[in-house]
Amino acid sequence: MKMYDLVIIGAGPAGITASVYAARKGMRLLVISRDIGGQTAYSGEVENYTGYQFVSGPELAAKFEEHLRRFEVELKEGKTVVDIFKDSDKVIIRTAEDAYQARSAIIASGKSSRELNVPGEKEFKNKGLTYCVTCDGPLFSNKKVAVIGGGNSALDAAVQLIRIARHVYVINNTAELGGDKLMREKVLVAQNATVFNNTRVKAVLGEKFVSALIVHGKGGEEKLEVGGVFVEIGLVPNSQFAGGIEKNEIGEIKVNCLNETSVAGIFAAGDVTDVAEKQIIIAAGEGAKAALSAFKYLVRHKFS
Amino acid sequence: MDKKVKVYSTPTCPFCIRAKQYLKDNNVVFEDIDVSGNQQAAEEMVSKSGQMGVPVLDIDGEIIVGFDKDRISQALGL
Repeated sequence: MKMYDLVIIGAGPAGITASVYAARKGMRLLVISRDIGGQTAYSGEVENYTGYQFVSGPELAAKFEEHLRRFEVELKEGKTVVDIFKDSDKVIIRTAEDAYQARSAIIASGKSSRELNVPGEKEFKNKGLTYCVTCDGPLFSNKKVAVIGGGNSALDAAVQLIRIARHVYVINNTAELGGDKLMREKVLVAQNATVFNNTRVKAVLGEKFVSALIVHGKGGEEKLEVGGVFVEIGLVPNSQFAGGIEKNEIGEIKVNCLNETSVAGIFAAGDVTDVAEKQIIIAAGEGAKAALSAFKYLVRHKFS
Repeated sequence: MDKKVKVYSTPTCPFCIRAKQYLKDNNVVFEDIDVSGNQQAAEEMVSKSGQMGVPVLDIDGEIIVGFDKDRISQALGL
């Protein structure tokens, strides 16, 4: 089996930046990822990535990918890692189909959408219920839709939908909307948006496609006729496969300031870790640090 | 003979971009149908695939939902 210097799991801002740094160091590199761009590719508007005063998520993700492809990096796309562990001084990484070995690894697998866990959610996924406004939003032009959530990603979704849909209900389970003031205002001033605070989703209804939502708020239970439901209630770290690595209470992989995990030779970066703040630019910076740490680890152990 | 390939997509969906890039990389000629500004095409896509997620590929009548590289390659004999 081929021995890589470094296997990077994930190709979002952290994974791609780590790849660029590792490629420039001349490391024998393999990148395994479910997708390219990670959550960045699903973001609407990005206005806080230095150098870009305004860029859309998909555009920024495309720039990241372009940067990655400048190098001859071996990339396994559409693959999900199911296990990672140490076997003496080797790191073994397994996908459903294959196994790889490396001197070191960086876990940069990011986060995925949290699910509502209400009746109807699974049945109507992609049948009116979606976790990606950027992808599927345009299909809901002139429909009534609901956004579930009250943080920045929910507000970002609502802002995108206000321009597309006939009416946007924002279903927020806390007393008032969270997120940035600027984003809140964009939603609150919109003529075609209604915010329901202190309100929870009980069920998603429909026949072939979503037709209504049952919500429970201060006034009791209510039925909202909607053709689309956009779930934006936060994220869960994609760390289940990293069984032997220390995590915090919400499943984020614990890292120190050198991006080392509890297992020597396995590093982690970006949203999958317990790093303070989850931002594209922070994930990118963490990816760079992790790659440099991995490089130093190889030099220290005289692997290269 | 070349197969007739249609891609139903929205301009912003990452997997649509990847699916179309994959076809281009393999020199597959396809019809790119933007469902975001075209209600009729959107309905056509929904009725063909029975769902509302993009992308949807129609390869000579075989409907593939999402960027399923293996199924796409198989359908096209790549």
